[in-house]
Amino acid sequence: MDGMNKTNFLDVGALEDIAPLGARTIATALGDIAIFRTDGDEVFALRDQCPHKQGPLSQGIVHGTSVTCPLHNWVISLQSGKAQGLDVGCTPHFAVKVEAGRVLLSLP
Amino acid sequence: MNMMVSPRKKLIVIGNGMAGMRTVEEILHRAPGMFDITVFGAEPQPNYDRIMLSPLLAGDKTFDQIVLNSLDWYAEHKIELIAGESVTTIDRAARVVTGEHGTTRHYDILLLATGSNPIVLPLPGVERSGVMTFRSVADVEKMLETAGPNKSAVVIGGGLLGLEAAHGLNLRGMEVSVVHLMPTLMERQLDASAAHLLERSLTQRGMTIYTSANTESLDGEGESGPVHSVTLKDGSRIKADLVVMAVGIRPNTNLAKASGLACDRGILVDAAMCTSDPAVFAIGECIEHNKACYGLVAPIWDMAKVAADHITGLAQTQFTPIATGTRLKVSGVEMFSAGAFMGDETTDDIILRDAARGIYKRLVLRGEKLVGVVCFGDARDAGWYFQLLKDEESIAHLRETIIHGPVTASADPLEALACLPDTAEICGCNGVKKSSICTAIAEHGLKSVDDVRTRTKASASCGSCTNLVEGLLKLTLGAEFSAAGAKPMCKCTTHGHDEVRHRIKGGMLKTIPAVMQALEFHTPNGCASCRPAINFYLLAAWPGEYVDDAQSRFVNERMHANIQKDGTYSVIPRMWGGTTTAGELRAIADVVDKFNIPTVKITGGQRVDMLGVRKEDLRAVWQDLNAAGMVSGHAYGKALRTVKTCVGSEWCRFGTQDSTSMGVALEKATWGSWHPHKVKLAVSGCPRNCAEATIKDFGIIATEAGWDLHVGGNGGIKIRVTDLLCKVTTDEEVMEYACAFLQLYRMEARYLERTAPWIERVGLKYVQEKIVDNAELRRSLFEDFLYAQKFAQIDPWAEESACNTRGKKYDAMAELV
Repeated sequence: MDGMNKTNFLDVGALEDIAPLGARTIATALGDIAIFRTDGDEVFALRDQCPHKQGPLSQGIVHGTSVTCPLHNWVISLQSGKAQGLDVGCTPHFAVKVEAGRVLLSLP
Repeated sequence: MNMMVSPRKKLIVIGNGMAGMRTVEEILHRAPGMFDITVFGAEPQPNYDRIMLSPLLAGDKTFDQIVLNSLDWYAEHKIELIAGESVTTIDRAARVVTGEHGTTRHYDILLLATGSNPIVLPLPGVERSGVMTFRSVADVEKMLETAGPNKSAVVIGGGLLGLEAAHGLNLRGMEVSVVHLMPTLMERQLDASAAHLLERSLTQRGMTIYTSANTESLDGEGESGPVHSVTLKDGSRIKADLVVMAVGIRPNTNLAKASGLACDRGILVDAAMCTSDPAVFAIGECIEHNKACYGLVAPIWDMAKVAADHITGLAQTQFTPIATGTRLKVSGVEMFSAGAFMGDETTDDIILRDAARGIYKRLVLRGEKLVGVVCFGDARDAGWYFQLLKDEESIAHLRETIIHGPVTASADPLEALACLPDTAEICGCNGVKKSSICTAIAEHGLKSVDDVRTRTKASASCGSCTNLVEGLLKLTLGAEFSAAGAKPMCKCTTHGHDEVRHRIKGGMLKTIPAVMQALEFHTPNGCASCRPAINFYLLAAWPGEYVDDAQSRFVNERMHANIQKDGTYSVIPRMWGGTTTAGELRAIADVVDKFNIPTVKITGGQRVDMLGVRKEDLRAVWQDLNAAGMVSGHAYGKALRTVKTCVGSEWCRFGTQDSTSMGVALEKATWGSWHPHKVKLAVSGCPRNCAEATIKDFGIIATEAGWDLHVGGNGGIKIRVTDLLCKVTTDEEVMEYACAFLQLYRMEARYLERTAPWIERVGLKYVQEKIVDNAELRRSLFEDFLYAQKFAQIDPWAEESACNTRGKKYDAMAELV
């Protein structure tokens, strides 16, 4: 469609460099971005900061499509960046995809 | 004075095995105190679960775990046990039995439960050492003397028993071959298709299977050297340090024959389990009823009930043989068969094959009735099929979906369980019926699976029926169950911590996905609460075998450092017993300068903490510390943390023992061990207790006479002073007690439960019984601990900084700045 922003995906590395149920970080001008890999090889990208006390989400335990923050156990949705359960907060999420084994990240 | 009006009748049981003791239990249940009971057993041990010999051989169970009736049980019921003496004569006229050591006893009623003997083929070389059968604890002990990695075993006989023996020896690291006379394995229980899948599955486990193979001889050096190989009729030779003959059993009728009782293949009994002498009953594998002999437990439990009814004279029941099903106790092989599984010209088959998943199911129908079942690869529905088979009712209405199991017939498993008749067998290992479980729950107010295990033995052996038992608790107790039952580990499962541990061991579960599958977790890969717990339980259960899952570790244990509020880490090297050197301190100073580490602090555990280390610097920091001879202090882990010491007798004018050396030795022995929670030790050189040993998990205080050992202390939120475990005199004892205590804690406490709440939960007495009173158990816990340490004492810092793939997690994947 005309007028739509052409999204620009950057190759940030190989999928196999992220452990299944693990995460890696990308250093950017916006701060660190965490790329998560699920056991079904889906990838998600969130700002590497918990909305609660800025804990590094990339260091949390990944389960299903959520990650548990290592500092105070907030559970954050990988899809939306929203805190789950009774906690309220949201961390920015970014478009990311895998093509031919490469992880492609789009920054605004 | 205290005269008995009518003396109690005397019951003698010959045979201290499962059949005999089950009958005694049934008698005590019906009429406690009716008889003075004497039991003769040829084996020296108390009554044990012979079905569990294969797990014993495989090392999944210890002897204590397979004991059915402990010596206390005999004492409690005033039963005289004469173990280790076989009976040589029965004088039926005088009603007197005599044992091989000359013991004589008079009886009013005699029960023969002499069991069966393994068949020994008359092959050349059968008398050589290293050739044995598989029937008793003594046989297992003999096998274990020879068994070991890089040795070879040949099992003659590819039936149920032979394959279980082969599996056990395979798990012990032996090169195992199975020699089977028939063209397919387990031909009495499996058709050719299922046997083929079984053979494939065993071959994948590293066994070599020879079918249609006839053994020629068992060979060794000279006439009488130990066996070293087996020669087959076709000339091929198989190396063998051990030969196990498992070709079948034969009822043990020697004693009965010698005393003139009617025997054929077995001791002949009527439907009341009575022999040709009305004062003599017989039961179990030694009998023959209606031309049939029995080798599986289910019909033997029925015999025990009938015999007890007649011996007490309380009921006139009749033994009617029912169909029996067979399962193979080889972990990971799901197999079940029952009834006329081979089919004939009057039967039809419904067959399901799923080659990729290795599943084969065959249902044999005669008219509208199910008459035979074979399941391989997926035996979940075996119980349901078996019940349909025993019911002998028309299954015409189920015919279209029956091969897919009861799921399609009833979507709710609880409803399906409710529909099972009272006589349905829930626990195959221990022969427990639905009605027995439900009655026990109601009568004794049972609340948990563990309660049911203790009371009925259901699910106490392999654990595969745990879900059914749980279902029955739910059905019987309704809403009360979840409230009263064990607290679930987390929202991913309904099971509590103890249950998960039990199932890991009992079900031979060795990976996190296997645990989640077997325990029917609701989530695809758990959560941040259950995954670290399961990872620890697997690590503790299978040392040297389980591969640690880094993604199931909390960040600190994955990064081998403590995360701080700003996302940086703290690094604490080990300082053995709180001692250090100028060289170590200099290296630490250099690291602090080189990496601009903002804060250095002395910890409460007598070491140095470097705070504010950036994730990217961790590996370089470790490399420098490693180069100066320091290793990870595990200050970040649910692990052995510190052994705090005072200076002790080497310097202190009050010190009575060398507490520092003791602390260093303990730390060298215990570092690297993983635990349910952090563990701290301390050693004080005199009762002034400068090392604060009485608020540690394991505290040691020197006295003039030796050492006082204290346990279960905690200096955290809820302070708890230790309990005195015991006093010992030598340094070696301190080491053994400390390691045994740690092992007991790591094997039994729940994840994230420190020793203090654990001891409050189980009681100090429980711990003392295991560690202080039972020297044998202490010894074996100590050995288990040392064995696990062989795989645990690897410095993670050296390992992580040397490994490039693991190292990736410390660096950014890309920099887009």
